[in-house]
Amino acid sequence: MKKEEVPQDGDNLHKGTFKQLFYAVDQSGEYKEPVTSVGWEPENVALGQAWEEVEHRVNETREQVLAGQKSPIAYYMERTLLDLPLLASKAGKFGWQVKRHMKPAVFKKLSAAMIAKYAAIFSIPAEVLQKGELLPFQRPQ
Amino acid sequence: MTAFNHVQTAHCESGVVSNLFRHYGLKISEPMAFGIGAGIFFGHLPFVKVNGVPGTTYRIWPGAIFSRVCKRLGVKMESRKFSTPEKAQTALDEVIGKGIPVGMQSSVYYLPYFPASYRFHFNAHNLVVFGKEGSDYLVSDPVMDTVTKIDPGSLAQARFAKGFPEPKGKMYYPVSVPQNVDFTGPIKAGIKQACYFMLKVPMPQFGIKGIRYLAKRVKQYPEKQGERRAALYLGNIIRMQEEIGTGGAGFRFMYAAFLQEAGTLLKNEELITIGKDLTLVGDLWRNFAFAAGRVCKARVVDNSPYNELGDMLLHIADEEEKIFRRLSKVKI
Repeated sequence: MKKEEVPQDGDNLHKGTFKQLFYAVDQSGEYKEPVTSVGWEPENVALGQAWEEVEHRVNETREQVLAGQKSPIAYYMERTLLDLPLLASKAGKFGWQVKRHMKPAVFKKLSAAMIAKYAAIFSIPAEVLQKGELLPFQRPQ
Repeated sequence: MTAFNHVQTAHCESGVVSNLFRHYGLKISEPMAFGIGAGIFFGHLPFVKVNGVPGTTYRIWPGAIFSRVCKRLGVKMESRKFSTPEKAQTALDEVIGKGIPVGMQSSVYYLPYFPASYRFHFNAHNLVVFGKEGSDYLVSDPVMDTVTKIDPGSLAQARFAKGFPEPKGKMYYPVSVPQNVDFTGPIKAGIKQACYFMLKVPMPQFGIKGIRYLAKRVKQYPEKQGERRAALYLGNIIRMQEEIGTGGAGFRFMYAAFLQEAGTLLKNEELITIGKDLTLVGDLWRNFAFAAGRVCKARVVDNSPYNELGDMLLHIADEEEKIFRRLSKVKI
């Protein structure tokens, strides 16, 4: 890549506040100083798509929780971008146990200590999780 | 307070090597660290899924660059892992208290200074902590353009994130750094190893073979995965290729910069020429990402663009194979 080809496609994801470094060649085809870039369209597209997917999953799970099919644990797992194996290892449980906690009936019987543990993982107050309040998801600004 | 000369780099691991070693008077550029550490690689792992999406890598596994560079240059490192965040913090405070900058492995999800849109659960990030201001730690994160700060709580979370590869509070710092190093041997060893990994690893998912393997899969995406997942899989290939700390085309350019620097240092014209040709392959990777991005955006349903993308990858594989075959024959 030539220096003048280093992409400068600023986007709304990080508002030009962050610059990446690239190795690029000068007129004589040599690498001298690396060049900074504010972003590149294909990457912006892919990154936007990844966040869209997160949003999609969060909303889908939210509907399932509201319909009484899943517990708030499932919602907050998606909201914190975790998956089942990751959440299970953070909670110090087996996957099947966490899966059980995602059943509304089982969730209602969870101990205060377990709720507190999950709440800490999700960085939310324990009462919020206990009550089953679904805090909105916000895309990173 | 320890003075630490922060220099922004393209990739976290080679960047930490370069920044840490320079602190001890051993000057090594980022591309040189990447080359000696044989950082260039390719792997496509459809069975290792993160959030249901197969993984692709354009570099060697985390930690490998670091350990290889240390071994080849004769740098002795102290590397420690911890059972609890408390023990990890005490040890960190003790070491930076002595004025020693400390490298560590972390998750990017818990780094408050990191650009928010990049904060996914990725555990193989590297950064340097070199001091304290009040209770906050001073951070030289190689992908950031300036020195930043982090509160102890976030740092503990980042150091003890769960999931692969688990950092377990890993921290490392040099205990003995040689001042005058002859780079010839390390360069030779690095190139030999990179050629082996690109050409001869006997598994279809890795090296040049891995690029062809991915090409075949990309062609089958629409049929096998459906429109939605096909676009998602494709998007992830681009993200892994372009995102900070992982850049695919970026790694090709960095390796080309290494070949140029090595060629100049050893007065070896052949290395410089191969570096120039590798730059062209990096451009092919960029074209691929560009075309793939357009397919993602358009959300096309028919197979033909996926076929074309697969063909682009096959072309890249052919060109990269030529490069590494030539490189494996260069006399150093």
